[in-house]
Amino acid sequence: MLDHTTSEITPRKALRVNPAKTCQPIGAMYAALGINRCLPHSHGSQGCCSYHRSHLTRHYKEPVMASTSSFTEGASVFGGSPNLRQSLKTIFQTYDPDVVAVHPTCLSETIGDDIPTIVKKASEDGIVPRGKWVIHASPPSYAGSHVTGFSNMVKGMVDYFTNKGEKKVKGQINILPGYVEPPDMRKLKSMVAEMGLTPVGFPDTSDVLDTPKTGHYEMYPPGGTKGEKLLTTGASEYTMAMGHFSSKDPAAHLELKGGVPFTLSDTPIGVQATDRFYQGIMEATGAEIPKAQLDDRGRLVDMMTDYQHYLYGKKVALWGDPDQVISLAEFMSDMGMQPVCIITGTPGKIFEKRLKAILEGKALMPVIAQKQDLFYLHQVIKKQPVDLLVGNTYGKYIARAEDTPFVRFGFPILDRAGHSYFPSVGYKGGIHLLTSIVNTLLDRQDRDAPDERFELVL
Amino acid sequence: MRKVAIYGKGGIGKSTTTQNTVAGLVELGKRVMVVGCDPKADSTRLLLGGLSQQTVLDTLREEGEDVELDDVRLGGYGNSLCVESGGPEPGVGCAGRGIITSINLLEQLGAYEEDESLDYVFYDVLGDVVCGGFAMPIREGKAQEIYIVVSGEMMAMYAANNICKGIRKFSEAGGVRLGGLICNSRAVDNEEEMIKAFAEKLGSQMIYFVPRDNDVQRAEINRKTVIEHFPESTQADHYRNLARAIDTNEMFVVPKPMETDELEQILLDYGILETA
Repeated sequence: MLDHTTSEITPRKALRVNPAKTCQPIGAMYAALGINRCLPHSHGSQGCCSYHRSHLTRHYKEPVMASTSSFTEGASVFGGSPNLRQSLKTIFQTYDPDVVAVHPTCLSETIGDDIPTIVKKASEDGIVPRGKWVIHASPPSYAGSHVTGFSNMVKGMVDYFTNKGEKKVKGQINILPGYVEPPDMRKLKSMVAEMGLTPVGFPDTSDVLDTPKTGHYEMYPPGGTKGEKLLTTGASEYTMAMGHFSSKDPAAHLELKGGVPFTLSDTPIGVQATDRFYQGIMEATGAEIPKAQLDDRGRLVDMMTDYQHYLYGKKVALWGDPDQVISLAEFMSDMGMQPVCIITGTPGKIFEKRLKAILEGKALMPVIAQKQDLFYLHQVIKKQPVDLLVGNTYGKYIARAEDTPFVRFGFPILDRAGHSYFPSVGYKGGIHLLTSIVNTLLDRQDRDAPDERFELVL
Repeated sequence: MRKVAIYGKGGIGKSTTTQNTVAGLVELGKRVMVVGCDPKADSTRLLLGGLSQQTVLDTLREEGEDVELDDVRLGGYGNSLCVESGGPEPGVGCAGRGIITSINLLEQLGAYEEDESLDYVFYDVLGDVVCGGFAMPIREGKAQEIYIVVSGEMMAMYAANNICKGIRKFSEAGGVRLGGLICNSRAVDNEEEMIKAFAEKLGSQMIYFVPRDNDVQRAEINRKTVIEHFPESTQADHYRNLARAIDTNEMFVVPKPMETDELEQILLDYGILETA
C-alpha cells in the first residue's frame, strides 16, 4: 500500500501525510471523562463531537458520552451563546451530570465565543443548578495536538476547582498522571497509596473507560475524580506532575492558584523514569518506596538481562505522544536497543531537547523530530532500516510495506487489544511492555528461521 | 448588470454617498438593488425612510433556511430594491461570516437573476477589509467595480490605500477593478488637488468631488436622500452628477497601492506644508 514511499527526503512545509497527532478537543474530551459524573460538552457543530466520540470509542471499545451545541450557520454568525445556554438547560434537565466540561471547537474559538461569561450568565439565570459545575478549556484544533487539549482541560479543572489558602491535609498529594491510559491512572494512584500517602489523582479515567460488564448500563460509570475531591487539590502538600506536555501547565497553574509546589517528572515508563517518579515523591514527602515495588523493579531488571541478547543493538523507530515516547525511548536505550528515529506530531522543541539529553553519549544519535508525520518516519527508515516499530495503529501500513515487526503502543490503538487493561507505567508496566517487545521479536525470528535454525528453546 | 462595491474608512460617508448615488441612478431610469453589508443594517435607511427590520441574517435565524426573496428585499425610493445583510450585535459572533452567508443566500434565492432585470447592484461594505468575509463582495463573480469613498484626511487615505491592496489581490483571480475615488469633502486644505494626485498615483481617477453641505445632514435626519428631500438643491445636483459619472465611467484599473512613505509624501506636498 505504501510501496512508493521514497527514501529521499524533500523539505515540506504545508503538507502532512499520515500525521502523528490528532486534534485538541479529543484530548480535552478524554481528560473530562476523568471527572466523576462529568459530561464533556463539545461547543461547536455536530460533526466534531461525533468524530471525537467515535475516535475514543474505537480506542477503548466503550461508549463515550458527550453532548454538542449543534452549531448551525446562524450560530456561527450570531455567536454560540444561545446554543450553549439551551444545551446546558437540556443537559441538566435530561442527563443530570455533576460536572459539564465545555470545550469549544475551532469554529467557536475562531468567532471568539466568550465561554466564561456565557457560563457565568447561565449560572446567574439559574440554568446551572446549585452544587453543579460547568468548567471549560480552550482547545482550538489548529494549535498543538490532542495532548495540548488534554493539558488545557486539566488546567481548566484547576482553574475552576482549586482554591487557595486551604489548610493543608497531611500526606495528601496531587497526582497529575498526564495523557496515559485508564489502567495507568489506576496504577499510579495505587503506587502512591502504597507509600502511605493519600493521592488525589486527576483526571482519572479508570473505572470510566474500562468498566466491568454488569449487564446494566450506567451513563456515568463509578470512576473519575469527584468534584468534591477536586475542590481539595489546593489543600494537598505537593503535586507530582508527569509529562512535560500534558502536565506542566496544569501543575504550574495549581502552584499559582493553590500554592502547591510540584515536581515535573517524565511519564514513569521504564526503569529510570519510574525511579525518578519515586525519587521525586520520596524527596518531597519523606515517604518510603514499598518493598513490593523494589521487588518488581528487581524482576524488571532481571528480565532485561535475561533477554538482553535478543534486544541488544536492535534498531527501532518509535512515534506517538511526546511524554510517552520520551520515556519509552529511554527505556529502550536502557535495554540496549538502538532508537533510529523518534518522532511526534505534537509541536514543542522540548521534545528534541529532552531526548537529546537522555540519549547523550549513546553510540548513535537518532533522528529526533517534533511536529512531524509518519511519512517522514517511513522515509527515514527506508534509508536506515529498523528491526522494530513501536507506535500507534497508524504505523501498520509502514509495518506492512517494510515487513517490519510492530508493537502497538500509544494513542490510538484501533486494531489490537490490551492497552486499556494493562498499565505500562511503573516497574510492572515495564515488564508488560518488555514482554510485548521480546515476544514480537521472537515471533519474527521463528517466522524467518530456516528449518535447521528453528529452535525449540529460545 | 453592473455590480458595484463601495468601500472606504468607517464614518467617511459610504452609506450616504451610496444611497444618494442610487437615488440619482433611479432618476436616470435605472433599476438598482442595494445590498448593505454592515451588521448595523443602516445602509438603506435613507432609501427606505427608516431602518429595515428584516435583515437577511435575522430572517435566516428566525425562519430557518426556508427564506424567500420577498422576505428580505424591500422596495425603496424610486423603485430601488433594498437588502440588509445584518449581523451579530457588537462583540459576539462573526460579522464577516454573516456577509458570506448572506451574499450566498441572495445568490441562491436568485436576487441577481436575469429576470430581475437589474441595471446595478451596489454593495455597501463596512469600513476596512478586515477579514475574508468583508472581502466577499469583491470575490469571484461578485462586484466587478469598486469605488472608494475618501477625503483629504490622512487616515481616510491610508484606509483607501489599504483597500487598494485588497483589490489588487482579488483582481489577480477575478475581474474586479477600481473604478475611481469619490472624494467626500471634509473641507481639508487643497483637498481636491490632493485626492486627484492620490488617485493618479494609484493609477486611477477621482471620479467626483462631492462638496460638504449641511443639506446632507438635514435630509438624513428626515431619513431621506438629498435628492428626495431637497430635489432642487445644488447638493442634489452633485449627487446626480456623481451618478452620471459612474454610469458613463469607462476607466477600470488594477490599482497600484503605495508604500507608506510615498503616501505621506503626497500629504506633505499637497496638504500639511501649506498650513504649516
